[in-house]
Amino acid sequence: MDHFPTSWGRQRNDAYDAYNTYPLHQRPNPGHDAFADSVQHTQQPIVTGTSVLAIVYKDGIMMAADTLASYGSLARFKSIQRLHSVGTSTVIGASGDMSDFQYLQSILDELIISEFTEGDKHELGPEEIHEYLSRVMYGRRSKMNPLWNSLLVGGKKDGKRFLAYVDLLGTTYTASTLATGYGAYIALPLLRTAVEGRENDLTEEEARKILEESMRVLYYRDARSLDKYQIAIVNDEGVTISEPQKLVTSWGFAEGIRGYGAQTQ
Amino acid sequence: MPDGSFAHPQQRQFNPYSENGGTILAIAGADFSVIAGDTRQSEGYSIQTRYAPKVFRLTDRAVLAVNGFAADGNVFVKKVKQRLEWYRHAHAKDMPLRAIARMIQTMLYAQRFFPYYVYNILGGIEEDGSGAVYSFDPVGSYEREACRAAGAAQSLVQPFLDNQIYFKNQQSLPGQSRPLHLPLPEVLSIVIDSFTSATERHIEVGDGLEMYVVLAKGRSIQGLESFRGVQELTPNPDGDRVFVIRRELKKD
Amino acid sequence: MNSVYKGPGFDFSNTNRNAFLETRGLPLPKATSTGTTIVGCLFKDGIVLGADTRATTGPIVADKNCEKIHYIADNIRCCGAGTAADTEFSTALIASNIEMHALSTGRKPKVVTAMTMLKQMLFRNQGQIGAALVLGGVDASGPHLFTIHPHGSTDKLPYVTMGSGSLAAMAVFESSWKPNMSRKEALDLVTAAISAGIFNDLGSGSNVDACVITATHTEMLRNFVKPNERVQKEKSYRFARGTTAWKKEDIRNLIISEVVVPTREGEEMDTS
Repeated sequence: MDHFPTSWGRQRNDAYDAYNTYPLHQRPNPGHDAFADSVQHTQQPIVTGTSVLAIVYKDGIMMAADTLASYGSLARFKSIQRLHSVGTSTVIGASGDMSDFQYLQSILDELIISEFTEGDKHELGPEEIHEYLSRVMYGRRSKMNPLWNSLLVGGKKDGKRFLAYVDLLGTTYTASTLATGYGAYIALPLLRTAVEGRENDLTEEEARKILEESMRVLYYRDARSLDKYQIAIVNDEGVTISEPQKLVTSWGFAEGIRGYGAQTQ
Repeated sequence: MPDGSFAHPQQRQFNPYSENGGTILAIAGADFSVIAGDTRQSEGYSIQTRYAPKVFRLTDRAVLAVNGFAADGNVFVKKVKQRLEWYRHAHAKDMPLRAIARMIQTMLYAQRFFPYYVYNILGGIEEDGSGAVYSFDPVGSYEREACRAAGAAQSLVQPFLDNQIYFKNQQSLPGQSRPLHLPLPEVLSIVIDSFTSATERHIEVGDGLEMYVVLAKGRSIQGLESFRGVQELTPNPDGDRVFVIRRELKKD
Repeated sequence: MNSVYKGPGFDFSNTNRNAFLETRGLPLPKATSTGTTIVGCLFKDGIVLGADTRATTGPIVADKNCEKIHYIADNIRCCGAGTAADTEFSTALIASNIEMHALSTGRKPKVVTAMTMLKQMLFRNQGQIGAALVLGGVDASGPHLFTIHPHGSTDKLPYVTMGSGSLAAMAVFESSWKPNMSRKEALDLVTAAISAGIFNDLGSGSNVDACVITATHTEMLRNFVKPNERVQKEKSYRFARGTTAWKKEDIRNLIISEVVVPTREGEEMDTS
């Protein structure tokens, strides 16, 4: 509680309020409206996940994310799952604030249960989940209280593959290759050349190779990434999220390089 | 400074808006209307997707193009479509174009103090069978026009349309006729050239082009048949008809 | 140019005024920027440099086919990203100084010399010169490849990228670069890296320029690949004669005839 009445957002000016109880120069934080704080939910992400990648392939969709949750520049949690299955035909992957993501998981799990209890055998597919999520995200941004995430939603239902993006602003789009965070700058160019035009030919093995290579490049260049990652697959058999796996990397590229300038030894 | 003009903002605030590039335009003919938009969606220097439609069929005689902040645009189109469905259920017919225009105005102005950051262009056929274009600003000011461009490359395309559609800055010559409305093939050529040119000189325009053509009831498809890849969207050739034509644009 | 009123080098006399105007909400004019993807890559026989050819002012394409690989010396080239004027003047200045240096020492210029001159000049100017460079060449001590940042820091690596498309291009290098590539492999890799920038980064576009530098030869491959040719327009926009209005007509005879009348006759010039 701000105990200085002059900080409560009342106009104070010596020109027309010469007898105020608190001289202006004694105000602890001049120009700051203390009540504004109580109506603003603006926040910033605290514990964050980095990129999520996803591609469409012959039998369905594939998604990848590493298992790191950072606290600023600190690698705080190294075994956090950022891929989550929703129902039997959908998977979501999240970058951004992990607590907001875990809140979203609980909402979606509730949604799936309430649909199940209808007992009509109707299940929500990836398209419905994405629509629902985008309404939640857009609704929160419109209240100026966003859920600080970029999410990928992928799945396959009734033989139809689906892959889409939604973020804290409620912005949505679909494509056969998607990436969030630094992945949009580093991995997406690789994914586009590897996948675009070959969506109906790529085998599961090829798709896995493409994602693994992109995750490796991300680990080389994204300082908030980890060499431990998971892959989610949605095909006709349903959703499978792999156990965490390790990337094989090599750092011998600079052998023989000395210094950064004129040095030779 | 006593007036506070040198004060720096204390903290960064959440910005609920973004700008997703792209350009839209519409041109009205005597008994038809063309509404077009590119399909690139971008943010900053990144292409989010090469195919995100910005032009939507509302009824058999109304097409809406939206440009600006994509999330607001999609939500706005959804709400317009919902209102049109309610109208159909209540009146057993489609809402006329000028009524849709007025409805869009009130829907935009309702958000006067937290606006939809979207530029709308509505094109179609009026009840009297004439082609029409309505353009809106984000808070609902609107006007019926013969042509309008909006979005990232508005400043490149609109002067071109003024010159080619309204014949602005062109001296009329003896023996030369100046039609009030251009024929359909001419209009489609101008639309395609507008977008290929905007793609050349604006970094946010490109990838794909979608052109919707609305023909008045009873008008022959004359001028469309020679076009490659024309696809009809209306099931009934006896009423007003909507067609879509897709073209590739440069992807750099 | 130099006088008692104005010293050599940059003129800072408007700095304070401009800073004041900026705080009052008057933005400075925008300089042409080379949005840019530029790269360099080491291979078996030397260096391959690459660049896209788009120059931008904000979201508008200022030049669809500009040249970003600049000459430093016969065996050294430099790609420039950032403020176009700064990259052009920095490379031109250092090219001149390198030539002077080569003339006075009587030796072929070294890449580290150019690198040191550039970094010292940029550091002196505290980042005010917005030049982000990829410098490459082959000299007596072998092939060398550097990046130079606007504040004067440098980096020496076997493959480098710069500009707004640097992440896209670097991803290609990180996944496909290997030591001791052949000339063709290196050129293909550089082309793939620049193409990644052209098609994924809005600040980069149009064509791929490349430059191959080996111990014996430098080959500039201007517009090596042109993946973005403009399609033919649907319509001709030739205006009929008389379309442009005029306010005044004025026809002048540009042939001036004059008669020269000699005033004195036959006076020879004194050449003794």
